[in-house]
Amino acid sequence: MFILRRVIQAVPILLGVSLIVFGLVHMLPGNPIEMMLPAEAPAEVIARVKADFGFDDPLPTQYLKWLVQALHGNLGTSVYTAQPIAPDLFNALGNTLPLAVLATIIGCGAGIALGLMAAFGRKRWPDKLCLTAATAGVSVPHYWFGMVLVIVFSVLLNWLPAQGKGAEGAFWSLDQLRYMILPAITLSLIPMGTIARVVRATALDVLSREFVDALLAKGLRRGRIVLHVVKNAAPPVAALLGLQIGYLLGGSILVETVFNWPGSGSFLSQAIFRHDIPVLQATILILAAIFVALNLGADIVQALLDPRLRRR
Amino acid sequence: MSDSLSYEVVPKVAVPQAAADTPPYWQTVFRRLRNDWLTLAVGAILVGIVSAAIFAPVLAPYSPYSGSILHRLAPIGTPGHWLGTDETGRDIWTRLLYGGRLSLLAGISPVIIALAIGGSLGVIAGYSGGLANSVIMRATDTLYAFPSVLLAVAICGILGNGLLNSILALAAIFVPPMVRISESVTSQVRVLPFMEAAKASGASDLQIIRHHVISNIVGTILVYATSLFSLSIILASGLSFLGLGVNPPDAEWGLMLNSLRQAIYVQPLVAALPGLLIFITSMCFNLMSDGLRSAMDTRLSE
Repeated sequence: MFILRRVIQAVPILLGVSLIVFGLVHMLPGNPIEMMLPAEAPAEVIARVKADFGFDDPLPTQYLKWLVQALHGNLGTSVYTAQPIAPDLFNALGNTLPLAVLATIIGCGAGIALGLMAAFGRKRWPDKLCLTAATAGVSVPHYWFGMVLVIVFSVLLNWLPAQGKGAEGAFWSLDQLRYMILPAITLSLIPMGTIARVVRATALDVLSREFVDALLAKGLRRGRIVLHVVKNAAPPVAALLGLQIGYLLGGSILVETVFNWPGSGSFLSQAIFRHDIPVLQATILILAAIFVALNLGADIVQALLDPRLRRR
Repeated sequence: MSDSLSYEVVPKVAVPQAAADTPPYWQTVFRRLRNDWLTLAVGAILVGIVSAAIFAPVLAPYSPYSGSILHRLAPIGTPGHWLGTDETGRDIWTRLLYGGRLSLLAGISPVIIALAIGGSLGVIAGYSGGLANSVIMRATDTLYAFPSVLLAVAICGILGNGLLNSILALAAIFVPPMVRISESVTSQVRVLPFMEAAKASGASDLQIIRHHVISNIVGTILVYATSLFSLSIILASGLSFLGLGVNPPDAEWGLMLNSLRQAIYVQPLVAALPGLLIFITSMCFNLMSDGLRSAMDTRLSE
């Protein structure tokens, strides 16, 4: 029941998202035609493009047409390549996905380890070290950090490739992994600092509860206390993870530029520089929909981990 | 880096206690700040960075726009160009000084705009409740459905590049979190007993908002806004790095970083310099915000 309710709640949000994406393109100054065609384009060309892309219709009609098409899986046609958008977009997303998964594993693992270390070493050097690392992690411009990694590991040490995706093949093959290491570490910075801070705060909160004293009094070893802390800290971290993976997807536009990675971020910036409005619109819509779905998934996982939340 | 937008611990409003034996609230805050050497140190560094940017024309030895093609990509420590030169022979030290002007402007102004717009919307939503609250908060929720970087890139991509557009795009992504914070602290204040007293003595809504609401929430909201500066500076330079912000040949740290990216095989250290400045500035803003927050947290004991 709970899951069903949350899924239904996501529908108006998705509609709002589609409205904003559509509104961004059509309401802001400078209409899409002006952006696509040079100023000196003859009137009949403008008229033909308008008719071809349906820009003649009133805005509500355009919106509904676009939405219905999108729901049928037709994301429109690129004005630059005249090819359907969907295959290229999903191809690009397919390149971003493994990178995002690897970055999430690295960032989440390191963040949880740092946070737990800080909480158990409260007021001593591990806490200070972890807090400094977490603050540095949220303060560093990740696109610059990626450049520094390239300078150290590609230029100076020549251990790893500086950019690109490598030869075609399964992304877990050794060759592909070599290309993925640096961009994945760079992206992992986005969730790491935040997760470390939240894990530390939650763990400290759990450690200050009375049941911990009771467990210690009963003679439980300190190592076993970690299990209780992890169990209690899991729901908020799960909720956070949904958001953070979304930010990671958004932040990938900068990291993919640094590493020339052919993913959804590069796809989007390419669309911007080509003034390819339909592609821009479709990419943002799909990425935002993924973000909403991720948060929905995180909410559900959080509720499964913590039954108290299901009653709300 | 997305810390401030992604996880908000909604702060408790610090309502000044009028007990006779406790010192005034702001006095306590300032005394705590005076003893916090880390916050004072990062504050001093920030003052240094801002004044270096303001006095760039005085401090800079060269023009930021003209370079000599004969002195391209000089290494750090070259006589006359002690931080080296860029890919068209312009002095890096000069460009970093001038770059600070645009980077700081592009990073700080979105937060101030968002503070004004989001803060007021939040006060309206929190104070009036009812329909106004629902409309404002549901609109905010929808904007939250976008990853912030993506929304900024999209707005910039549609408006076109340029300093003003990047400021507007970033302001747009900082409005929703400002609304949320301001709404939540306003609704906390609204139910306090002195609000009823003010209403009973015949104060108008506007008077109550001006004298009782704003004065009680301003600290919390300002601290939250300072926590956004760090992210805003990173994103503003990031937009320029993507080619969506400041246009060449203007000097801006993110733009410099992008153009020096071609030179990482020749002068790796010079190429990393603009990013180092973004990092230091954003780290200082983060540490200062943390210091302010703990100085203003009344729940912390001495």
